[in-house]
Amino acid sequence: MSTVTPDPLAPAPIDRQGIRFGDVLFKGVALVAAIGVAAVLGSIAYKVFALAWPAIQEFGLSFIWTQGWNPNANVYGALVFIYGTVVTSVIALLLATPLSIAIALFLTEIAPGRVAAPIATMVELLAAIPSVVLGLWGILVFGPCVASHLEPFLNTWFGFLPIFSGDPSQAGVLPAALVLTIMIIPITSAICRELFSRVPRDLSDGSLALGSTRWEAIRRVAIPYAAPGISAAVLLGLGRAFGEAIAVTQVIGAGNTINQSLFPPGDTLGSRIASSYIGASSAIEAQSLLYLGAILLVISLVTNVSAQLIVNRFQKARRVSAG
Amino acid sequence: MSVAEIRDQYDITAGSSNLRRRRRTEKAVSAVAILSALFAVMLLALVLGTVLFKGISQIDMDFFTKPAALFGEKGGIADALIGSALIVAMATILAVPIAILVAIYIAEYAGPKAASFFRVMLDVLNGVPAIIVGIFIYGMLVVGHGQSSVYGAMALAILMIPMVARATQEILELVPRHLREASLALGMPRWRTVYSIVLPTAIGGILTGVVIAVARVAGETAPLLFTSSITQNQISFDVHNALPTLPIRIFTLSESPSPDDQAAAWAAALVLIAFVLVMNIVAKTIAGRKRKSLEGG
Repeated sequence: MSTVTPDPLAPAPIDRQGIRFGDVLFKGVALVAAIGVAAVLGSIAYKVFALAWPAIQEFGLSFIWTQGWNPNANVYGALVFIYGTVVTSVIALLLATPLSIAIALFLTEIAPGRVAAPIATMVELLAAIPSVVLGLWGILVFGPCVASHLEPFLNTWFGFLPIFSGDPSQAGVLPAALVLTIMIIPITSAICRELFSRVPRDLSDGSLALGSTRWEAIRRVAIPYAAPGISAAVLLGLGRAFGEAIAVTQVIGAGNTINQSLFPPGDTLGSRIASSYIGASSAIEAQSLLYLGAILLVISLVTNVSAQLIVNRFQKARRVSAG
Repeated sequence: MSVAEIRDQYDITAGSSNLRRRRRTEKAVSAVAILSALFAVMLLALVLGTVLFKGISQIDMDFFTKPAALFGEKGGIADALIGSALIVAMATILAVPIAILVAIYIAEYAGPKAASFFRVMLDVLNGVPAIIVGIFIYGMLVVGHGQSSVYGAMALAILMIPMVARATQEILELVPRHLREASLALGMPRWRTVYSIVLPTAIGGILTGVVIAVARVAGETAPLLFTSSITQNQISFDVHNALPTLPIRIFTLSESPSPDDQAAAWAAALVLIAFVLVMNIVAKTIAGRKRKSLEGG
């Protein structure tokens, strides 16, 4: 072994130590970055709760189901805002989900590629409009339009429903819900589009070959196949709607009561923080606003994590069925 | 006689009322889908059209070169433009290297368990409402130190990191395995492979992600509300103090009852939206060219 003649073509000796060091350093730096980002997530949760702690101690959990917000009388409760958050987001979702599914079906099943691509881009651009611009449009154009046309119409024809009773109002829960609808349509429709485009061709072709119409193939094959993904899309849209503060602040009108009707002003967790935090007059008011923030954080984390879990399970199931 | 009619003569199911009903359903559903897509496009046109129509008349040279109006006189957005540019630039400088490192860790080094942990973590961070990020930076830094545009940039950076990291990680995983293997087989260390082979191949996709994140963050209002909103309306480059920004300017102007302020809000919104749209078009172009080069190669 030791008698091997030196080979003139042998590569120069490699500096193994140097390589090892470079790799360890690079991997270490990348790992530190990843852990740092995880730490940011953790400290966001910690900090928000720590800041809200005095209010949490003062009011306890009953804060969550206390109705009313009056800094002068030292009355603070989150119920009005939780109600406002849930109502605006759920309405937005009820409107946006069918629309998004329909848009996604149009883009994947009906439109030819030349038409689908630009329309898909335009729907994506809807998501690119900054929320403050959408809010500006909402407060100056859309709100007044809702108050003078849509609300009287709903009141005339569906006024027997308590949600459409009462006088129209420029700022209120209904325009806020509609602005949120516009914001989540691009999110949910983009995910649905992706889901429908992944439905295996042979499944839908098989259904068509058995004599079903295109709609029946969509309803019996594509939609069931995409269903878990669609529910994840809905949850992601919901998370976005829960967390939106600026556009909602601009159009919802900062109400302090729960109303049966959707016309009068209300408020959501995010929009109340955005509109009142800078002007908070006492420490306890600021801490109560942070308590609202803590509730908002919990709600949106739960929504988002459940969406992730559904997506993960869906991907795993698909991988198993594909392999 | 058209081809369709000839075929129908021999179609034994054509006469059945059931099939006619099913075809009617199909037509109705198609119509609903087409209308929905039209509706979305119309919404976009409506919002963009309104902003353009109401904003364009306000825009002149003064609008870009003068700071906000104090009283009576017609003001501009120069101060807010400078503030936005500085804050977004600082946020990008902070966020992009961290985000790319995180993506490299996930795509190149982490095992499957760790990779999926960090992926989920990025998605959860992406789902944290922007206003909560604002509160976080407020509680960490603004309390005690006062508002500063650096803190605003940090809040925006927290929003950017998950967006850029996820986009980068996805694109890194698309880089063909054989490129890495060829480089490693030639004796290149792992980090040199990532640095001189994987990243240059993926640069188009990374840029797309960065540009889209910049466009999104430039329009964010909520995090700046707590970190860089109490400002003097004068032109300033001092990043240690709070600087006025375009989104905050639009937000405050939009709540004003004065028609002059509202007109200025529309014009500022037009500038912001034009920037966002241009960035999105840039991102599309980069993405398109990159896809072509990947397909070609």
